[in-house]
Amino acid sequence: MEDTQKFMIRISNLVKNFGSKYALDDVSFSVGKGEIVGFLGPNGAGKSTAMNIITGYLSSTSGEVKVGGIDIFENPDEAKKLIGFLPEQPPLYIDMTVDEYLSFVYELKGCTLNKKKHLEEVRSVTKIEDVRHRLIKNLSKGYRQRVGIAQALIGNPPIIIFDEPTVGLDPKQIIEIRNLIRNLGKTHTVILSTHILSEVQSVCDRVVIINEGKIVADEKIESLSEVVQDRRRYTAKICGPQREVLSAIRSVQGVTRVEVTGERELDSYTYLIEAAQGVDIRKPLFFEMSKQGRPIIGLEAAQMNLEEIFIRIMDRQEEGGNK
Amino acid sequence: MLALYKKEMRTYFTTPLGYVFLGVFLAVSGFVFAMSTYYSQTSDVSAYFQTMILGYVVIIPILTMRGFAEERRARTEQLLLTSPITISGMVFAKFFAAFTMFAGSVLVSCLYYLPLFNYGTPNVGKAVGSLIAMLLIGMCFISVGLFVSTLTESTVTACIGTMGTLLVLSATSIFNSIIDSYFVRQVLSWVSVYSRFDNFVYGEFDIAATVYYISITAIFLFLSVRIYEGRRYA
Repeated sequence: MEDTQKFMIRISNLVKNFGSKYALDDVSFSVGKGEIVGFLGPNGAGKSTAMNIITGYLSSTSGEVKVGGIDIFENPDEAKKLIGFLPEQPPLYIDMTVDEYLSFVYELKGCTLNKKKHLEEVRSVTKIEDVRHRLIKNLSKGYRQRVGIAQALIGNPPIIIFDEPTVGLDPKQIIEIRNLIRNLGKTHTVILSTHILSEVQSVCDRVVIINEGKIVADEKIESLSEVVQDRRRYTAKICGPQREVLSAIRSVQGVTRVEVTGERELDSYTYLIEAAQGVDIRKPLFFEMSKQGRPIIGLEAAQMNLEEIFIRIMDRQEEGGNK
Repeated sequence: MLALYKKEMRTYFTTPLGYVFLGVFLAVSGFVFAMSTYYSQTSDVSAYFQTMILGYVVIIPILTMRGFAEERRARTEQLLLTSPITISGMVFAKFFAAFTMFAGSVLVSCLYYLPLFNYGTPNVGKAVGSLIAMLLIGMCFISVGLFVSTLTESTVTACIGTMGTLLVLSATSIFNSIIDSYFVRQVLSWVSVYSRFDNFVYGEFDIAATVYYISITAIFLFLSVRIYEGRRYA
């Protein structure tokens, strides 16, 4: 009972193999009530497989999944009632109008809420009122995605699972969908899978990072930000001839490596600069360049890609373990 | 289950599929009926029914080809399988919707009999018996069609696959005349949907045949459910 109140989803030692290939290898994590958890990993890491198992679409090879305290394998019908799911490709019947589709999903899920009022609410939250009488096949990708989200919200399930909700959308639609998810997070438990780091940072409270079927990290978003904001690597845009600037950068104390990224803007080049651990090279770099008469027109911490983050997190875990 | 049944029925009429099926069904059955009764100047409808079984081999796949194949291709099966509806509920809803379409078309085609009363005295008992048999055979064929459509994502493959399976299932007894082995002949005529139909045509209600048709239907529906369950564990 305590379990139910504390965790909306609890996954223990989940294993799934397709033949000899392990899609999920001993995965365990839990999601608390009202949390927005990002499920982050590169393509093919096992994100969709995990979500498909949690929602009851696939079975597992071994392990346990409890949704709201109910075992998804033992009592799937009850567990499924607690989940709204938007798969990677929204499951839309394109020959239906938006209203017909939502009404079908309402009946399929066996909802008992006031139908007219509830569907109105769902349409308004997802902002699809103005397309409600249109055929789904005539809608843009952004609207289709919203209809997919509306479908997941029907029946007001306490848990909502989104599999890559912003893939293929344009930047404006991405921002809108992220805002929508953030708002949903105020009243629901949300799991969201993505391979985009900034998506997790802008929407989630916590991140579970998965790679090759294994959980690499399970961290609060603040500690992920610490890892991601690498104080040791910078990209700098500096004006002046490449050779001279390079030797000037090398002369700054604390710089361990410099390379030219190949980006060029008028008379400036972009350099990737690495510093020794614990040394902040920004000020010395500024003074040195100023002395040489080479203006710095841009300086920012280098963005890490997912793989670098995995390595960094694992390094940190090892350091923690050694201590 | 009711929600899915209603959706299936609506899909038949919001896409061309339902109209194509009805059109082809009524055209084929009308032609066969005219040729076997009016043209042959007889009010005996047994030839009509016997020919129509082969017609069903071509017509019923139109009705069932979308069944599960289309849900899989459009990934909408993910909605069905993650909603609180059982796999057997899903299979039954699809089956009953297809059967409703089929039975509706058969009933409409009954209008063809009416003019016969002008020209002769048709044997009503025989016609009703045959009609019941047609519904049973249709039921059987629909379950085969739905089963084949669980195996593929392509509606065209489902359609052709179903035609092939139905042809084998209905016409095996045709090979009887060229096979020497008594045992093989027995097996073939046991499997054949066609040969079971004879008693109905003579106006007799054949319980064994009825049980056979219902069993075949149940087996293929069960297999469809198993395919879906098996896929979850793949």
